[in-house]
Amino acid sequence: MSLLTLSDVKISYGGIQAVKGINISVAEGELVTLIGANGAGKTTTLKAISGMLKPYTGRITYDGKEIAGKPAHEIAQMGLALVPEGRGVFPGLTIEENLLMGAYHRRDKVAIAQDIEVAYTRFPRLKERAKQTAGTLSGGEQQMLAISRALMSRPKMLLLDEPSMGLAPIMVQKIFEVVREVAAQGMTILLIEQNAKLALQVSHRAYVMDGGLVSFEGRSADLLHDPRVREAYLGEAA
Amino acid sequence: MDVFLQQLINGLTLGCVYAVVALGYTMVYGIIQLINFAHGEVVMIGAMVAFSVIVALNGSGVPPPLIVALGVLAAIPICMAVGYSVEKVAYRPLRNAPRLAPLITAIGVSIILQHVALLIWGRNYISFPQIIPNETYHLTSSATSATITNIQIAIIVLSIAMMVGLVLLVYKTRIGIAMRAVSQRPDVAGLMGISSNNVISFTFVIGAGLGAIAGVMIGSYYGIAHYQMGFMLGLKAFCAAVLGGIGNLAGAVLGGILIGLIEAFGAGYMGDLTNVCTLDKFLPGFTALCEANNNMAVFGSSYKDVFAFIVLILVLVFRPQGLLGERVADRA
Ligand SMILES: Nc1ncnc2c1ncn2[C@@H]1O[C@H](COP(=O)(O)OP(=O)(O)O)[C@@H](O)[C@H]1O
Ligand SMILES: [Mg+2]
Repeated sequence: MSLLTLSDVKISYGGIQAVKGINISVAEGELVTLIGANGAGKTTTLKAISGMLKPYTGRITYDGKEIAGKPAHEIAQMGLALVPEGRGVFPGLTIEENLLMGAYHRRDKVAIAQDIEVAYTRFPRLKERAKQTAGTLSGGEQQMLAISRALMSRPKMLLLDEPSMGLAPIMVQKIFEVVREVAAQGMTILLIEQNAKLALQVSHRAYVMDGGLVSFEGRSADLLHDPRVREAYLGEAA
Repeated sequence: MDVFLQQLINGLTLGCVYAVVALGYTMVYGIIQLINFAHGEVVMIGAMVAFSVIVALNGSGVPPPLIVALGVLAAIPICMAVGYSVEKVAYRPLRNAPRLAPLITAIGVSIILQHVALLIWGRNYISFPQIIPNETYHLTSSATSATITNIQIAIIVLSIAMMVGLVLLVYKTRIGIAMRAVSQRPDVAGLMGISSNNVISFTFVIGAGLGAIAGVMIGSYYGIAHYQMGFMLGLKAFCAAVLGGIGNLAGAVLGGILIGLIEAFGAGYMGDLTNVCTLDKFLPGFTALCEANNNMAVFGSSYKDVFAFIVLILVLVFRPQGLLGERVADRA
């Protein structure tokens, strides 16, 4: 059964249409990726799903409920967590406080403390710096924090917007390891990536966006070998 | 040195009140970058409500300290309700408007609240009944010793307690962390399931609660209240917040206490410093003048209201971000 469905969603900034009618669905437990060139409308799509933008037409259903146009905090409370583009850590809050904010709508103090330990075990760097403000972290550490913070809400579904952006290769590897690990535990994930090859390797299915529209979709393994995708997005000759 | 010690105590008392009011400005500015000019009026309403309660219960047999406590307990929720409503009705619809719009609205709200108070409490100065006898303690055994009153002690102790309480709230509680999160990244705070509107309302309510207590303190200190008292008080507290670095809690406290001290010392020494008779040593010729009248001060203590603004201007010339503020360019 599909956990998230976008039907004919159109989103514009003022008069400029950034997303021109897309259909996307993600089934429970699936890891789906959304790839495409800069400016294709990927971030805009994730912002609409998470409630930061309101689509001007179309339906977004999550867990059987229409969520298009709902405020972001209500959508977050329904178990949909976004790791935003550029990580979006609270720079003046400590690592620990950032994690606590991830668990804002939870009341189970003991379990929250346990989940913080889980995050620290996954990323020991965060534990070392628990009392430092997030603004002092490197880009990679901030990404670890942003992902950990999103997981603190114990979401049903995780949306990731370019988690590898601007990171050193070793850091990218670490982040993708965690994405794999979380997916293997059964989390439903919608992943936006500029690193198309990596994204297609870890995901089950993929959508390719171009100019505000979905131009290809299919099983990731198939797209990896599709000559059109290889040429346009993997930087290889067909 | 008794004048010095006396002005130190007076300045500290006043400074504590300014600091508590300044915290209200700085909290709201920190979270939505709005200068809530109506905050001074919230303080005034606090003083007025407490005054009404004290007058109503005076002589009813209720013990005086309890009457004052009841006055404060009535002022707090009423001011909180005013702060909450002002934000919801006047500022929230303008959250995404150009910054000038909410600023002008704030000035409008301030005028409206003044006139509501005018209708309820009239245009005259109202004197607080002295239901708790003023006790004065001498600090040294000399005849000209500096003194401190029970009201001054109460103001200083209560203010420090409120400052400590606010810091604990903002740095140690879940809602306090959320307040800082909303102020840093309002867009991301929503993704955490935090309702920015609720957090902003909460900020106004807390600021107004502090303002209510400040109003009662200043009313009891001076013994009078007036529907326009919030204007100058609010302006000075706002200066204090800017002086310390607006948006910064420690800055508001530092700025408030500095403004209080500057004002007290200005009032205490300005007459002597600008007394032309003291110039006679350097510029002979004033002797004749001074024989006729021994105090020829150019500026007397009545200029004390000006000091806060002079200091503010000087500081802003050299440190636009205020004493403890970050440079605006450093803010995310
Ligand atoms: N805040 C904005 N205001 C106006 N146009 C925007 C805004 N954000 C993005 N756009 C435009 O919308 C289109 C899609 O952008 P975006 O969703 O960020 O693409 P992607 O994430 O795929 O790189 C681009 O043409 C971009 O210029
Ligand atoms: Mg993007």
